[in-house]
Amino acid sequence: MIEHPGLWLIAGAALLAPARGKVRAALALALPLAALALAWRLEEGVQWRAGFLGMEVVPFAVDRLSRLFAVVFALMAVAGALFGLGQERRLELPAAFLYAGSAIGVALAGDLVTVFVFWEAMAIGSTLVLWSAATPAAYRASLRYLMVHLAGGMLLFAGVAGHVLATGSTAFHAMPLESAWQGLILAAFLLNAAAWPASAWLPDAYPEASWSGMVFLSAFTTKTAVYVLLRGFPGAELLIVVGLAMVFYGIIYALLENDMRRILAYSIVNQVGFMITGIGIGTEMALNGAAAHAFTHILYKALLLMSAGSVLLMAGKRKCTDLGGLYRSMPLTAACGIVGALAISSFPLTSGFVSKSMISQAAGDGHLFAVWMLLAAASAGVFLHAGIKFPWFVFFQKDSGLRPPEPPWNMRAAMLLVAALCIGLGIWYEPLYRLLPYATDFAPYTGAHVVAQLQLLLFSGLAFFAMLGWLRRTLTITLDADWLYRRLAPAALRRLEPPLARALAAMEASAARVSRRLAAAVRRVHGPQGVVARTWPARAMGLGVMGMLLALLLSYYSA
Amino acid sequence: MIRRLWTAFIGVLALTVLAQLAIETHPHFAIERLFAFHALYGFLACAALILVARALGLLLKRKDDYYDD
Repeated sequence: MIEHPGLWLIAGAALLAPARGKVRAALALALPLAALALAWRLEEGVQWRAGFLGMEVVPFAVDRLSRLFAVVFALMAVAGALFGLGQERRLELPAAFLYAGSAIGVALAGDLVTVFVFWEAMAIGSTLVLWSAATPAAYRASLRYLMVHLAGGMLLFAGVAGHVLATGSTAFHAMPLESAWQGLILAAFLLNAAAWPASAWLPDAYPEASWSGMVFLSAFTTKTAVYVLLRGFPGAELLIVVGLAMVFYGIIYALLENDMRRILAYSIVNQVGFMITGIGIGTEMALNGAAAHAFTHILYKALLLMSAGSVLLMAGKRKCTDLGGLYRSMPLTAACGIVGALAISSFPLTSGFVSKSMISQAAGDGHLFAVWMLLAAASAGVFLHAGIKFPWFVFFQKDSGLRPPEPPWNMRAAMLLVAALCIGLGIWYEPLYRLLPYATDFAPYTGAHVVAQLQLLLFSGLAFFAMLGWLRRTLTITLDADWLYRRLAPAALRRLEPPLARALAAMEASAARVSRRLAAAVRRVHGPQGVVARTWPARAMGLGVMGMLLALLLSYYSA
Repeated sequence: MIRRLWTAFIGVLALTVLAQLAIETHPHFAIERLFAFHALYGFLACAALILVARALGLLLKRKDDYYDD
């Protein structure tokens, strides 16, 4: 019996892969449910300890922080599996279980070596999820995605190796940024968090996944990065700057975007920015807020992507310019999308409100005026770019003439389940607060909090509708840092190719010349007519020996 | 219909501003004492974000088949 919920899911992926029909559906739901039960019942403390290559490793250790993430990852595997039951690509669900299980593995890792192993497994699982969309665009995107994450894996490997050598310990706990090794580890973590300016891999890859694939992709990689940053670098001030950059990057790019799932991809970067800012602030309130926001974010982002995935599956369209008016034939999908949109905007009575307000509160308590002001502006901006923009352009605005039906029952059930959690956690937030890493008596629903948030959000809505003409969708994308490796580097290579080819040809020609001359010289000496290979008669040899003896005699005389 | 929605929306906006009078506030910063600060700030921040996005769009927008080979 495996007690480790992550390994349980990974082993389950192998069981699920060959299964068919009803057995498959039963396994797809039972396996993550069992993992969720295991995660819920995790007991604090070191569970497994072992020696590996002369190092002590702790592959399975539990504390409040790791349990929180293990629980929400397992919960997400349940909701995602229910939503994706009808996925025709049979690779996707086992790949998603490998992916989710590895994410839980990172959350339950007590040492950096184990973190690294599960980190790489996560990259493989997520690439397979992308791959199973089986379109040429997804295949190309998955290769770019894999390259970025393998590069990140190398950074992490170098950092961990150096850190272990320098400190003599593999233990994974808060580390000061005192040498290049910790810098490398931090860089690897930030790359997976899609931190600006290395954010472009996320909106490049995730929206190419299948209608169900992106639901899984949105949950694990970036939130595992939030978890390791929470554990490894709480209070690193650099993270405040990085987090705020991500928050505004996400808003501005999402405002310019036309593809509904790319809008949501940019808003993942935006939301992770709030968490990273909280980690940078580093007080107990801020860290609680970042952890709680990761928990609620996984759920409402999944809900938004389930709603978008339903539209993609039933209508076959993904661009805002092609969509609109879908509320007529997909009222439930629209309603669930709106619940997700309200939750991501931290509307009172939704889960986002009870988590994000802790981060703002921490900035206020720390008298970080600039941070607090920027977070408030960003909160208004979230409503603008995701809270209104997504539902408005997909379900309302003009009538596109499309009348797709609601998705199958399992997808509706998954959306209803997650929507219930998004509202439930917004009202009964105490169970979530009890799971947080630090004890808290934070009260989200004070009159001042609620009124301030409502003013921010509703006047943000006013700005949206007043400036709607400026937000009109166009058939465009917006260039990002991925341009460097998708356009600049290939163009530079193409430009360099002719001179490089000429240089190579010249080198080859001169090498051929040299070797021809060498061959001729060898032939002259050793060839059939060469000096060395010629047959010499025996008397010539006798003559030579006599000459040598004569020389010897002469030298004796003269001595 | 649209006109009525706008009227209702503006009514709600006015209510959220007036609600401020009825509640007790514990401002962290002096600026929060300004009347309807969050309303003004939310509107201005969003207007600024839209303007910045538009300016950046002029520079960085490309046709959406830009990367298609």
